[in-house]
Amino acid sequence: MGAALLLALVIAPEDADQGISQRIFYIHVPIALTAYFCFGLGALKALLLLWRGEERYDLESYVAIHQGTIFGALTLITGAIWARASWGVWWTWSSNQLVLFLVLFLFYCAYFMLRYSLEEGPRRARSSAVYALFGLALIPVSFLAIRLADDFIHPTVFTREGPQMSGTMFATFCVSWGAVTLLAYVLYRVELAGKRLDADLRELREALR
Amino acid sequence: MTYLADVAALTRKDLRVELRGRDTLPAMLLFVLSALVVFHFALPEGSGDTAAYGLLWVAIVFTALLGLARAWVPEQEHGVLDGLVLAPCDRSAIWLAKALATLAFLVAAQAVALPAFVLFFEPLDATALAGVLLADIGICAVGSLMSAMAAASRAREVLLPLLVLPLAIPLVIGGVGASVSDEGGRFLLFLALYDGVFAVLSWASFEYVVTE
Repeated sequence: MGAALLLALVIAPEDADQGISQRIFYIHVPIALTAYFCFGLGALKALLLLWRGEERYDLESYVAIHQGTIFGALTLITGAIWARASWGVWWTWSSNQLVLFLVLFLFYCAYFMLRYSLEEGPRRARSSAVYALFGLALIPVSFLAIRLADDFIHPTVFTREGPQMSGTMFATFCVSWGAVTLLAYVLYRVELAGKRLDADLRELREALR
Repeated sequence: MTYLADVAALTRKDLRVELRGRDTLPAMLLFVLSALVVFHFALPEGSGDTAAYGLLWVAIVFTALLGLARAWVPEQEHGVLDGLVLAPCDRSAIWLAKALATLAFLVAAQAVALPAFVLFFEPLDATALAGVLLADIGICAVGSLMSAMAAASRAREVLLPLLVLPLAIPLVIGGVGASVSDEGGRFLLFLALYDGVFAVLSWASFEYVVTE
């Protein structure tokens, strides 16, 4: 992570249009991509839960979505910082990426509300899994909707011709992306282990009663 | 063929319960009319004509939420939902029947609300009406599932809007686009896509929500 930050801030050449403020995109875009990946992982675990019925998938799905929501919140914050640096405003509705993340953030916050208001058990696991799958379906549908609704002024990073970045910039971007993904993975494993420990502890307490 | 017969029987039951009880539909009707009046006062001078279309969609979404909140209440009394789940019919038929019944109520409420809107605010063209119908289908499909999820929880009245509103955002975008934009056709196509995707998803996953 340190190496990625170093590369991003010092070694990569300045982008001609936006100068030093462009550097935050090395953090912002990988965080956004990681958030999407976490939501996708959460939905995959949810599907496995519904299909195979093994209980462990519920916790894995929950942790993945929790990570995704955290990274989603970070995307919104870093996006706001970037918007402030590039366009002078903290928020703009014309940025499709930010609006999409806002909708997804709201959706997944409701996921937690759903989870906390249901009693623990297979019903909660299944309802959460179904909701996570809806979230995955919402991502492309929302994206399409927002695109229909607004002008598109968020700078495109990857076009069909390939990444619109020079060699060093692309290398920095990849390192940064790798670093953020590694961070997400580590957080995921740590949180999953913690939650499993909690569950085991609770079971032991019940057994001893 | 028994699948369709099950759906028809369950839809008839819901409609009959509502006709005899008469609690949801009058509430929805009165709510949407009151909301339209509030919107007149909410729109400041010089807001422009198109702002009213946006508010129409807000009214539609919240009226639908009102109807959906009460959708599963008849099933919850006397454990009817458990009985239906135990019955030898496909669980998704329960969802389909509920969605169709809620759609019927929503369309009935709009049959009064839309003429009122035209009277108070702006005219509505065929694209806008098609948009309303498509969005109704979408919101009833998704909302029936979410309402079943919320019905099992402790905080059901609060939870339902939280679950449905993020999913309703694309519908509002599609609907307002169909009402306001020149290329309404694209928005109608989008609404149809939304309906297709989420109706299939709801139909497939309802079973997992109601069974233990």
